[in-house]
Amino acid sequence: MTELISKYLPLKRSEKYNRRKRALATSIIGALILLALVISGFFIGTDGLVVNFEAANNAPSLQHPFGTDWLGRDMFVRTVKGLTLSFWVGLLAAFISALIALLLSLLLVLNKTLDSLVTGLIDLFLALPHIVTLILISFMLGGGLKGVVIALALTHWPRLARLLRAEIMQIKNTEYITVSRNMGKSWYWIARHHILPHLIPQLIIGFILTFPHAILHEASITFLGFGLSSDKPAIGVILSEAMGYLSSGMWWLALFPGLMLLLMVAVFDSLGRNLRKVFDPFKGQKG
Amino acid sequence: MIKFILRKTGKLASLLIAISLLSFILVSNSPEDPVQSYIGAEISRISPEQRKNIEEYWGLNRSKPEQYLLWVKAVFQGNLGESLIYRKPVSEIILERFSASIVLMGISWLLSGVFGFLLGILAGMNEGSILDRFIKSYSFIMASTPAFWFGLLLLMVFAAWLNWFPVGLASPAGSLAGEVSLIDKLKHLVLPVATLSIGGVASIALHTREKIIEVLNSEFIRFAKAKGERGIKLFWRHGLRNISLPAISLHFASFGELFGGAVLTEQVFSYPGLGQAIVKAGLGGDVPLLLGITLFSVVFIFVGNFMADLLYVVIDPRMKIKQTHD
Repeated sequence: MTELISKYLPLKRSEKYNRRKRALATSIIGALILLALVISGFFIGTDGLVVNFEAANNAPSLQHPFGTDWLGRDMFVRTVKGLTLSFWVGLLAAFISALIALLLSLLLVLNKTLDSLVTGLIDLFLALPHIVTLILISFMLGGGLKGVVIALALTHWPRLARLLRAEIMQIKNTEYITVSRNMGKSWYWIARHHILPHLIPQLIIGFILTFPHAILHEASITFLGFGLSSDKPAIGVILSEAMGYLSSGMWWLALFPGLMLLLMVAVFDSLGRNLRKVFDPFKGQKG
Repeated sequence: MIKFILRKTGKLASLLIAISLLSFILVSNSPEDPVQSYIGAEISRISPEQRKNIEEYWGLNRSKPEQYLLWVKAVFQGNLGESLIYRKPVSEIILERFSASIVLMGISWLLSGVFGFLLGILAGMNEGSILDRFIKSYSFIMASTPAFWFGLLLLMVFAAWLNWFPVGLASPAGSLAGEVSLIDKLKHLVLPVATLSIGGVASIALHTREKIIEVLNSEFIRFAKAKGERGIKLFWRHGLRNISLPAISLHFASFGELFGGAVLTEQVFSYPGLGQAIVKAGLGGDVPLLLGITLFSVVFIFVGNFMADLLYVVIDPRMKIKQTHD
């Protein structure tokens, strides 16, 4: 045990601040930023999206902080709307894939044959690059919002499922499970009362960490032309349009939307990592 | 050793069969009409009879399982079919495109590996310092940067604004294949490689950093320090060996992300590689090419994972001992 402690708690670390408190504070700030983003996406009017050729191709100014595009649409409004859309798409996709991961990994408790099937499925999905799977699935579904959400949900569960399976494997060998088993409880009962509560923190953190991946992949797949249709205010659409205006010197078309996307993904990522520090300090505080 | 390779080959075979089935089901249920994507815009000019003939020629009127078996049989004979948009055999296109992609992916893979490893060591050896924090935040930011956006920025700054590098493609537009000089090719490679490798550094750097911190907190390092070893010498004797193998094998196992990054980067730079081909195939409804590249990417990633496992078996003596006990 002492060896384990010294492995995970390097002595060098300064004792000036409480890591747990700091992680909690950072996650609250991150959550507030995201909340502000989503709420502002609701309340911001669509006035800026009206085609207005008089204001076309404006560089960033006080009136249009992110500039305007060649149709005179305000890039700030488009970016915020795009991020909100990304947020909902990511939320839905991450939620579904967390659900898939949970259900499939719980099969480990119930049935051995089914579980080996799940392992095979995980290997299968991890054998393909994400982008290729996304292209194939959205090719089948013909793109669009539904296609993107389903494709994202179906490609992001294997990693989380693997994590959860490892966790279940550990719990399954503990004494209290054996005792419970000897007392005549069914596996289904044990899964619900003993294993599921243990998985909740992992699941929530996994869910939040799936989010940035899903958002990035949504933008990528839309950028490639398989995702959301071009009339939707999506970051991928904005960036692929900006590709046509590269040599015109309109740098603001690509810079700000991408930067905002990066910011959102980074905030989500740090939120997930900080929450892990709070909920799962033994593993989470390593990095 | 031979047993290991045989087992892995068996796994690849079963994986390929499963993936081919899965991707066939996905693709054959697409709303896209293969006849229409073959004919193109002149679809209205062919009669229903001609259409029927084409469908019969391709076997589209047969049942789905029959179609799948026909395709698998052809693939086993080395015939991946003919691409609908390029009008060339798929295997030819894959070979041609892959030779362009492998240059891009290979160079960026090497660069990101070397620099990621070095950055990870620098950060890990100086844990908690400003340098460590800088490298750590750089890696975290890079991990959440969309690769295509970064490529766009590079294009804007270095190609459109400063005019240092060409805007896209693998060779100057309008020149014949034989006339392209090596310098020209290199010039076209710089920006895509930079895009892929600057972002690719992140995961390997973070992993190496974590590993080296773990190693530095071990008993044998404490003992070595007690003997008076410090700095580079300590690292060279006790650190490097312990972290290099996991880092290299992790890097081999990251072929999937490399491929995904290459797809996006090639699209941004219109680099004529495999990634651009799969995007075109998907958008143009070119089913044979799409399936061909899918299978190829599976093999590509499998080779990466295989190398990662092989490294452990061949180099790490501990693995050998374990294997005999099985």
